[in-house]
Amino acid sequence: MYKPLLSPGHTACGGCGQALAARLVVDIAGPNVIVVNNTGCLEVFSTGYPDSSWEVPFIHSLFENAGAVASGVESALKYLKKEDQINVIAQAGDGGTADIGLQALSGMWERGHNVLSICYDNEAYMNTGIQRSGLTPLDTNTTTSPVGKFSSGNIRPKKNMIEIASAHGISYVASATVGFPRDLQRKIKKALSLKGPKFLHIHCPCPLGWRHEPNLTLEVAKLAVETGLFPLVEFEFGKLINVYKLKEHKPVEEYLKLQGRFKHLLSPEAKAELARVQEIADGNIERYGLLVK
Amino acid sequence: MKEYLEGSQAIAKVVALCRPGVISAYPITPQTHIVEGLAQLVADGELKVEFVNVESEHSAASCCLGALATGVRAYTSTSSQGLLLMAEVIFNIAGLRLPLVLTCANRAVSAPINIWNDHQDSVTVRDSGWIQFYAESIQEAADLHIQGYRLSEDKRVLLPVMINIDGYILTHGYEVVDIPAQELVDKFLPPYQLERKLDPTHPLTLGVLAGPDYYMETRFAIEKTMEDVLSIIPEISNEFHRTFGRNTGGLIEKYCLEDAQRVIVAMGSVCGTIKETIDEIREKGEKVGLLKIITYRPLPQEEIYQALKKVKEIAVLEKAISLGGFGPLYTEIKSLFQGKGENPKISGFIVGLGGRDITKNSIKTVFDKLSGKQTDCEFIDLKNVEIR
Ligand SMILES: Cc1ncc(C[n+]2csc(CCOP(=O)(O)OP(=O)(O)O)c2C)c(N)n1
Ligand code: SF4
Repeated sequence: MYKPLLSPGHTACGGCGQALAARLVVDIAGPNVIVVNNTGCLEVFSTGYPDSSWEVPFIHSLFENAGAVASGVESALKYLKKEDQINVIAQAGDGGTADIGLQALSGMWERGHNVLSICYDNEAYMNTGIQRSGLTPLDTNTTTSPVGKFSSGNIRPKKNMIEIASAHGISYVASATVGFPRDLQRKIKKALSLKGPKFLHIHCPCPLGWRHEPNLTLEVAKLAVETGLFPLVEFEFGKLINVYKLKEHKPVEEYLKLQGRFKHLLSPEAKAELARVQEIADGNIERYGLLVK
Repeated sequence: MKEYLEGSQAIAKVVALCRPGVISAYPITPQTHIVEGLAQLVADGELKVEFVNVESEHSAASCCLGALATGVRAYTSTSSQGLLLMAEVIFNIAGLRLPLVLTCANRAVSAPINIWNDHQDSVTVRDSGWIQFYAESIQEAADLHIQGYRLSEDKRVLLPVMINIDGYILTHGYEVVDIPAQELVDKFLPPYQLERKLDPTHPLTLGVLAGPDYYMETRFAIEKTMEDVLSIIPEISNEFHRTFGRNTGGLIEKYCLEDAQRVIVAMGSVCGTIKETIDEIREKGEKVGLLKIITYRPLPQEEIYQALKKVKEIAVLEKAISLGGFGPLYTEIKSLFQGKGENPKISGFIVGLGGRDITKNSIKTVFDKLSGKQTDCEFIDLKNVEIR
């Protein structure tokens, strides 16, 4: 019988993309793994004492140090000569990856630790109540980038975390999404088959923060890819080796209209802002050659 | 073997003898010579360890945390800003009950930036759940590391240990140090074994969320352990004495206390200067003494009280201050006498901040002042310049 390594019964919101992604990750990784987790929704909803959903060894220390704790875990495994038997995963939200935890991650990548880093990107600090992060998209309505008379939401586009990681010259960097679970699992497998640091950036819709219906998680996730707003790409040693091709290029409205956080972009007065968002999607399609010609 | 060594080299050698599996540190003066010494031992093949050159002190402490949780002995060392950058992890390590040994080469805290010695760095994290020792000499510092690992990893303890050694004075000073033989250290310090660790054959969740229902009990557990530690430390220092033939460590040291009427309470290397000054003053027939605090956390309340209860005048001399309050040690020593029969005059003095020399004259001044008016927080050797 199938026994998930991240058990049900945790306290994530219904339809949580991150809960789904985390289960896919650990199931593929298998029981011979040590998971190091930054502070954030995932750790909070899965480890409330005296319960835990984790069927694998799991450690949470702080918000920003999974990279460093995982470096220590991996070094200890090396010292114990067990590094070939046990995989190490360091995981975090978008804030824990791209903002406060970036220094420790960069250090870990630069030093070449044999660790798979995972970013569960729900595009804001969800655990503390939907505040913007460095991976929040342009014009997103969050609690710290609210829409108002003089504001159309978050003032900058997402930082390109994939290319920041890739610039470290590490063996494998890829983006994935819960919208395409098979692709996601293939990438985890591939990452874990390689030595050295790897980074997987997983797009995870958050019904609470994105304000979409919980049953739309997968659809929203797919549309992010199909509009070009979240390109699925793979880099090896800093070189782009593969992209997920799009047969057609869907307009960004199809993605935005399902989510309360972008509602303001669909009013007639927001035409110019909407065009800026479309430009980002177009830019991605151009940059990574996403369209089937 | 007795060797004429720089303090940092002595610490490096002794740490190597304790056989850590992971060392992770980040450079900061005056701690650097210790990790450089260890790096050289690794480079020369004399120490088999994973040496992780991290990108910050926050990561150094976190890396050690990860190694310890995976079942491997770890070591780090820092000073001043480094310790403060680590502060978040410092608390976390204690909460996770992980037995890290850390050397703090004590240094003043910025601003203004100052690389010289005082105790503001380590005293600032006194509430973190770490056991804190303060060394007077290089030999004591070296011995405390061996005792520190033994104590920290004791199943009754499982709390991290910070060995505080005065920056420059001990880290860069030279002394003839007895570096013990590996066999003796191995005999005294068994291999690291942690029951609750990250192991796929027995999956455990560490670092959980504990709400109002459980959090308080975790704090209480540490507080109870701290009480036990007060009896475990003498046990370990006695065994150290039996094994290595040297009586170092412990909770407190009494110097000329028997008949003393005026006593200074202090920690760290300044105790050497105080002892010499006491010898000189005693030649003139004045009954002065020293109570040296070796273990600052847990605070050996009963031992301190018993040692001081017959004393008429007490000076607490410290290299740290709770700005806007008093010297932290002064407040604690004073509180020990609250509600008790004895009512000594206890005065607080701040000395040696940012490396200001503490001379025999400074000590004499303090003893002289003790006969005068009681003071709470008097700065000694202050210059007559006004700075805003
Ligand atoms: C040093 C520190 N600063 C702030 C916090 C508060 N905090 C906890 S989780 C969190 C947000 C987590 O956001 P993210 O990493 O994006 O993960 P998510 O919860 O969205 O999955 C914040 C700000 C903290 N725990 N530690
Ligand atoms: S807030 Fe979002 S990320 Fe957090 S548990 Fe709920 S759905 Fe998941």
